Amino acid sequence: MSDKVLYVMYDDDEVLKNSAKQLVAKGVKISEVFSPFPIHGIDPIIGVKNTRLGIMAFLYGLTGLTLATVGMRYFMIVDWPMNIGGKPNFSYLENMLAFVPITFEFTVMCAAHGMAITYLLRNKTLPGMPAQNPDPRTTDDKFVMEIRLSENHKVTEAELDGMLQEIGYLELDKKEIK
Amino acid sequence: MEFQITKKAKNVAFGLMGFGALLTIIGVALTQADHHFWTRFLASGLISGFFFFALGLGALFFLSLKYATETGWYAAVKRVIEAVAGFLPVGMIVLGVVLLVITYMDGAHIYSWMDPEVKAHDEVVRHKAAYLNPIFFWIRTLVYFTTYYLFYRGFRNRSLEEDKVGGTEIHFKNYRRGAHFLIFFAVFSSTSAWDWIMSIDVHWFSTLFGWYTFAGMWCSTMVVLVLTTLYLKTLGYLPNVNDSHIHDLGKWTFATSFLWSYMWFSQFMLIWYANIGEEVVYFQLRIAEFKFLYFGMFIINFAFPMLILMSRDAKRNAGILMFVGLMILIGHWLDVYIMVSAGALGANAKIGALEIGMALLMAGLFIFVVLRNLTKAPLTPVNHPFLDESNHHEI
Repeated sequence: MSDKVLYVMYDDDEVLKNSAKQLVAKGVKISEVFSPFPIHGIDPIIGVKNTRLGIMAFLYGLTGLTLATVGMRYFMIVDWPMNIGGKPNFSYLENMLAFVPITFEFTVMCAAHGMAITYLLRNKTLPGMPAQNPDPRTTDDKFVMEIRLSENHKVTEAELDGMLQEIGYLELDKKEIK
Repeated sequence: MEFQITKKAKNVAFGLMGFGALLTIIGVALTQADHHFWTRFLASGLISGFFFFALGLGALFFLSLKYATETGWYAAVKRVIEAVAGFLPVGMIVLGVVLLVITYMDGAHIYSWMDPEVKAHDEVVRHKAAYLNPIFFWIRTLVYFTTYYLFYRGFRNRSLEEDKVGGTEIHFKNYRRGAHFLIFFAVFSSTSAWDWIMSIDVHWFSTLFGWYTFAGMWCSTMVVLVLTTLYLKTLGYLPNVNDSHIHDLGKWTFATSFLWSYMWFSQFMLIWYANIGEEVVYFQLRIAEFKFLYFGMFIINFAFPMLILMSRDAKRNAGILMFVGLMILIGHWLDVYIMVSAGALGANAKIGALEIGMALLMAGLFIFVVLRNLTKAPLTPVNHPFLDESNHHEI
């Protein structure tokens, strides 16, 4: 299905936020904003849902905790009981204190790496992946709003053009996507 | 907007004081025949005296930290921090009186190094006498008190003056004074914890002890700041304080709980691992006599905030914050209780009418003094340079 995408460019994040507010008030859905840095307060304006990355972080952390516990119990107690400093070497629980630092580190490592990889995957920005932004200048000093006609059935392209003329912009680029 | 103490709050504060005093008297009557009576009575005074003094000191530290880092978001709750720090003079008087009576009674078996008889027979105490002797102890105590008081008075006076004159000159002066206070506090927080708390177990020492005590104090202070802010919000004061401010205070509570747990664990694990006789004795006593309370308070102070306050929504929920906050506050009081009582009384330590009574008495006094401090100045600082930033705080 073919789709038409409008890329509206601005050179200031506050100006973009203002236009986004006006467009949203008129019932236009903005599907994406590209910017060189995170724009504070843009999420509620264009209706981005709260991230669920935190929940994933918790789950990755639990995974790390479990792996570290199971692993160390096997290495240090079951497979080859290690006698360190005369501590009892037949019980994980009694030696638990010694294992806490490593458990903690492994939990943090799993949570951090899991989060980073999830984030890159979800945004399709893993190293080597093709760039997602429509214009290389959005990595420098320009800000671009993406509006898809397929997501805006209530307004025609001509109406949208009219609104944009009224609100103002720096550059307007239209692309057909197959 | 000026704050007025409601009749209900006044009744609660005086009710707590009255009930606490009654319990204390009952406790005295019950235990007076006991030959540990004075030790227990003064240990109880030291526990609650130190705990509530530390709440004020923690607020003073937090305030100077905000000044030294030129933080913006806190401006809307600055008067709350100041009001809690304003308990410091009262707390110092109470703690000072307790320490004075203990010194007068030759340590009252709490600071056994003050007892000349112990000193005559105890090699370790004799070797520590250059530092641990009543005169030097009092010089240090007075130096701490004077420094804290002067800094507190300076911060408060400049804050009130800023309301009148505005400008940035006072802000930069606070910035410098905040940094100065942190330098003094970095040393004094450790040494005062050694003097007042660690010297009870006079044969034992831990270099981490000062930071451990300080972390507990900071955490309890953050809880008190959250609770006071929430209380003022429910009464309709502090219109500029939004969810984000509460969220930030909640994050501080969460973070300082972890700091405290980290200190507790670092101290415990290293000593447990090395297993050296003169070091493990501290924990052996606490595990033998206070197993339930000692690990119980660790679970309250660590697991509760970790599991309950982890999510963003929980840190913005007044009910959850109140519940966790009160639990942590009791947990940290128990921490101080075990630090003091285990060393002073060992197996004879009990939580009875005496301990609870004095804690409630001090809690009532604390609430009353903090609320009275809040009435003395506008609840929102008028000319704080970061006030605008704070009003638009959003995370």
